[in-house]
Amino acid sequence: MASKIFSQSSSKTWPDFLLLGATWTTAISITVIFLWVVLSIVGQGLGQLSLEFLLTEPMNAGRDGGIAPMLISTLLILVVCLAVALPLGLGTALLLAEFSVSDKRFGQWVRRSLDFLAGVPSIVFGLFGSVFFSKILGLGFSLLSGGLTLACMVLPLLIRATEEGLRSQPASYRQGAAALGLSKTTTLFKVLLPAALPGLMVGLVLSVGRALAETAALIFTSGYVDRFPASLLDSGRALSIHIFDLSMNVPGGDHNAAASALVLLALLLILNGLAAFISLRWSTKIK
Amino acid sequence: MSSLASLRQAKRNDWCLINSLRILASVTALVGVLITVFVLKEALPALQSIGMLRFFGDDAWYPLEGQFNLVPILLGTVLTALGGVAIATPLGLLSALFCQFYAPNILASSYQRLLELLAGIPSVVYGFWGLVVLVPKINQLHPPGQSLLAGILILSLMILPTVALLSTASLGDVPKAYLQGADALSLSRWTTLTRLVIPTARSGLITAIILATGRALGETMAVLMVCGNVVQIPNSVFDPVRSLAANIALEMAYATTDHRSVLFISGLVLLALVGLLVMMASVLGSEEREKTRGI
Amino acid sequence: MLSYHTNTDPDSVEVSPLIDVQQLRLRYGSHMAFEQVSLPIYAGQITAIVGPSGCGKSSFLSCLNRMSDLVPDCHVDGQIHLAGTDILHPNTDTLLLRRRVGMIFQRPNPFPLSIWENLALPLREHGNIKRNRLAETIETVLRDVGLWSEVKDRLRQSALTLSGGQQQRLCIARALVLQPEILLLDEPCSALDPIASGIVEDLIVRLRPRYTQVVITHNLAQASRIADQVGMFWVQNSVGRLIEFGTAQQIFASPNHELTAAYISGGKG
Repeated sequence: MASKIFSQSSSKTWPDFLLLGATWTTAISITVIFLWVVLSIVGQGLGQLSLEFLLTEPMNAGRDGGIAPMLISTLLILVVCLAVALPLGLGTALLLAEFSVSDKRFGQWVRRSLDFLAGVPSIVFGLFGSVFFSKILGLGFSLLSGGLTLACMVLPLLIRATEEGLRSQPASYRQGAAALGLSKTTTLFKVLLPAALPGLMVGLVLSVGRALAETAALIFTSGYVDRFPASLLDSGRALSIHIFDLSMNVPGGDHNAAASALVLLALLLILNGLAAFISLRWSTKIK
Repeated sequence: MSSLASLRQAKRNDWCLINSLRILASVTALVGVLITVFVLKEALPALQSIGMLRFFGDDAWYPLEGQFNLVPILLGTVLTALGGVAIATPLGLLSALFCQFYAPNILASSYQRLLELLAGIPSVVYGFWGLVVLVPKINQLHPPGQSLLAGILILSLMILPTVALLSTASLGDVPKAYLQGADALSLSRWTTLTRLVIPTARSGLITAIILATGRALGETMAVLMVCGNVVQIPNSVFDPVRSLAANIALEMAYATTDHRSVLFISGLVLLALVGLLVMMASVLGSEEREKTRGI
Repeated sequence: MLSYHTNTDPDSVEVSPLIDVQQLRLRYGSHMAFEQVSLPIYAGQITAIVGPSGCGKSSFLSCLNRMSDLVPDCHVDGQIHLAGTDILHPNTDTLLLRRRVGMIFQRPNPFPLSIWENLALPLREHGNIKRNRLAETIETVLRDVGLWSEVKDRLRQSALTLSGGQQQRLCIARALVLQPEILLLDEPCSALDPIASGIVEDLIVRLRPRYTQVVITHNLAQASRIADQVGMFWVQNSVGRLIEFGTAQQIFASPNHELTAAYISGGKG
């Protein structure tokens, strides 16, 4: 990746040394700050973290007890989000990647809409969700409403990853299939999608990560209620909202907030590792 | 003929496939339209009954008493975002130079991994860290701690990976032949980088900054948690401020009628600001493509 | 005005061609790839298309099974009749056409599936075939391409584990399962090592009486060994043209066009 082709002998002036110093200082400082952020959260949260923390209900507005209902609510929100985002995302990505000739004009419009969607701030997704899903569709504060809002939000990411996964498949597969008179349906479902599956999995995992990290879009859609949700139409508190609420609205909630943040970071790290693992396995398999 | 029957079946499948894909893609495309339409629709009553001028002319932001001066909130948004960008841009650029030209290969790729991890930390976690670590430190320096400065610092940390990763990519696109040519002339690194590499990658770098600015403007949680949320025009960086996004998150829960509608107007303003930036970035991107095609 | 010198052998003229190409031209956007190409392709024979790179040979071949449709901005004019049906007619069913006209590419392109599945996929798509018939057909085509003894114990392994030459023969087998009338081969040996290349060349010759084959080749020696008819493409004013067409014997022994003569004797191209 890097191109260190500067010869060692080239004359060095004081701006050269300045730049050398500045880049290294920056890189070291950023690394230190990163460690500071992570370690201070680990330091504050690790003491609280235990199996019991994961498996019990919060008590005393979250100052004591665990985060079990938040984990369940988060999981249910993610399930709703994926159940909607996956078919929409896969269908759209297939159209954009594989029918770019026959549906060129339509594809351009869809792409424009997706570019716009990718730029929408998450709080605006929250506003939209609270009007459209909660009010107009009558879902109220519910896991369903929150999951649907997140589905809208992760669509651009999911579609981009899926489209790239499909486009990275060699054209020779499509040519070979076309030359055999195979239908588009067979070509896609029997040849291209199985071959592109690892790439699609990476996109899926990254989208789950994005949804897991989101807070602002959930405040007015899935709500704050911190007990176990009875159904998808019940309100439920996501893990990220729990962190927000404990640190902002509950004096003395910092330690449990840190522990929850640690759980969230750990989940994201696992997802990240999973994505890296899938793409590594995939690239070695291709070789 | 089973062969002809299978052919008809294949045709039917293809017809079903393409049309279901079209329906799914239409729904996806519709989401963007729906968001615009509904935010606009909810914002409309206030636009009609209050009018744009009062957002600038009212005495203050007392939404419950019908006073809707948005100026301090707009200022708070712009100041935190620009402050964050002002810090993140040089650091991000230096990080990118580090990755592309200074670090040994292993270090460069692990530093890039670190930036990716930094980008993956949820904003609520940044906000929490800012609240329990950064704000007390600023409080020692100058109370109250929750302040414009805290917002600027947290935002700069959050958008730094965006600037750094996008810049690294666009510096990597600078043709290697340019560098070899510069080396053959034994130009100093300083001259090569400032006169050759950075100008060549200019539009990519500007795009990175624009996208990071968009992210900073729209950021909600971290700013909400560290900025103190007092509606005022700050006299110094140690004064608390409130941003548009934070304002929505704080007041949406109890806002009714005109007040609620004004919050949707702030959402619309955010949407417009970010949309403008995305458009600028895409225009820059297409200009860049034109340029390289010309070569 | 004829753009090529017609072959004067009275025996071949009597036979009506399986494919009749008339005044074919193809352009990509505003760039003309080739024009004024007219030639007959006779049943059961091997027709070789030779010429330097970039003279429109592959583009020409892609018109014969309408693979040219897949290229955006590609426009084809003229007429191609396959046993009376107009290939270029917009209503012509390309799925059906491509089952009748199989194609082999320069680089072997097996699907990333098992060897078995590579052959079973087009068979199943072709019609509801019984399982034992399926196995039978797969064995037959694998024997046809001389691959059966090499792969019969590893049919469930990925086709990508095969060597380049084996992959190319698998691709030929994959085309043969559909029992096409015509095989189009686009430089089928050029990506292979000499030994694998020889095996594939022998295979093409063995398939001769059963299938009508159109082979693009860079290798003139190969063309002279395998071809019945030879078409010579050349670039004139940056547009590809067919400058000569005739029997292999005539083209290699007494070419009519001076460019053909020069090319064959190695003086040009």
